[in-house]
Amino acid sequence: MHALANPARFLRIARPATSWLLLVGLALAIGGMVAGLTLTPPDYLQGETVRILYIHVPSAWLGMAGWAGIAAASVSQLVWRHPLAAVAGRAAAPAGATFAAICLVTGSIWGRPTWGTWWEWDGRLTSMLVLFFLYLGYIALGSAERERGGEGRIAAIYGLVGAINLPIIHYSVLWWRTLHQGQSIGLSGSSIDNSILWPLPLTMVGFTCLFGAAVLMRMRAELAETKVEARMRRMGTA
Amino acid sequence: MKPKNQRLVLVAAAIAAVLAAVLLAMWGLRDRASYFYTPADIAGGQAPAGQAMRLGGMVEEGSIKHLPDGVTIRFVVTDGKARTPVVYRGIVPDLFREGTGAVAEGRLENGTFVADTILAKHDERYMPPQLGNLAAEHKAGQTLEK
Repeated sequence: MHALANPARFLRIARPATSWLLLVGLALAIGGMVAGLTLTPPDYLQGETVRILYIHVPSAWLGMAGWAGIAAASVSQLVWRHPLAAVAGRAAAPAGATFAAICLVTGSIWGRPTWGTWWEWDGRLTSMLVLFFLYLGYIALGSAERERGGEGRIAAIYGLVGAINLPIIHYSVLWWRTLHQGQSIGLSGSSIDNSILWPLPLTMVGFTCLFGAAVLMRMRAELAETKVEARMRRMGTA
Repeated sequence: MKPKNQRLVLVAAAIAAVLAAVLLAMWGLRDRASYFYTPADIAGGQAPAGQAMRLGGMVEEGSIKHLPDGVTIRFVVTDGKARTPVVYRGIVPDLFREGTGAVAEGRLENGTFVADTILAKHDERYMPPQLGNLAAEHKAGQTLEK
């Protein structure tokens, strides 16, 4: 990680990585979604509504993975003072918030025909909504600290403490009785039939690549902005 | 100790403290955060009688009866240990059927659960129609236990 502490070296890697992630992500995500819409059979109970899982599951994963990334960036910011950690955290937050929102919206659309309700305050749904609000708080804190010229330490502490919501989301369906079903895919296999399951890894990897591309783009944009601000200041004093 | 290591220890201690606090909170919440009561809870007297609550479980096979007025149904919710009769007036979701999970909102009155709302509970199994009809008969009832 410390090899990337130099922003110039980071940019040399990030520039080509952005386009590759974007290309591969688009191909896999679109391929997986088209396959999920046309090639897979409907579910025996849910019918065609099952197809929303090809978007819902990757969004849930990235909503949670995004915060795991923020937590990792927070640790490296607090302990090692990594110069890019705060930039990475600020870059990941809007992408993670977007996927958490997609997860909530698609879940609600699925819940109406399946459960008979748009929204219920059960453990899984509530903890996911809390994650979305945590993202909004992080975005506000991060941009406020950046404007003040701070190191981003307050946002890092917040990002670390907010990570306790991740195990709560994951285990909510195991610890508590919830309306949301238990997990389908575990270490011991999957309770989703293979004929329905196979496009899911495509969209999972595809959306993850798109997430990575979005984070790298935002990081590059913020580094460029910092450079511009520094140059403007120099020109002002000269 | 180098300042970097000092910070590492501090952050690790903070994470441990926060985790311990969360585990304690969840342990305390584990009954209250449950989304519904099961028939066994009602038989054991843990469910609040006469108050608004939710009942969850499997709709027993062959128990759905349509009353002559056309809009009221009676059925039995079971969790394998106890059974609770339910009466409901209204339209049920499409996925509400015998042998699958359901959650009812309402009150307990003289041992019968009077429901205001019925929600279908989907389980974690997904399969195409030809497999599903076979497997549903064998597997119904396995996913309820939590």
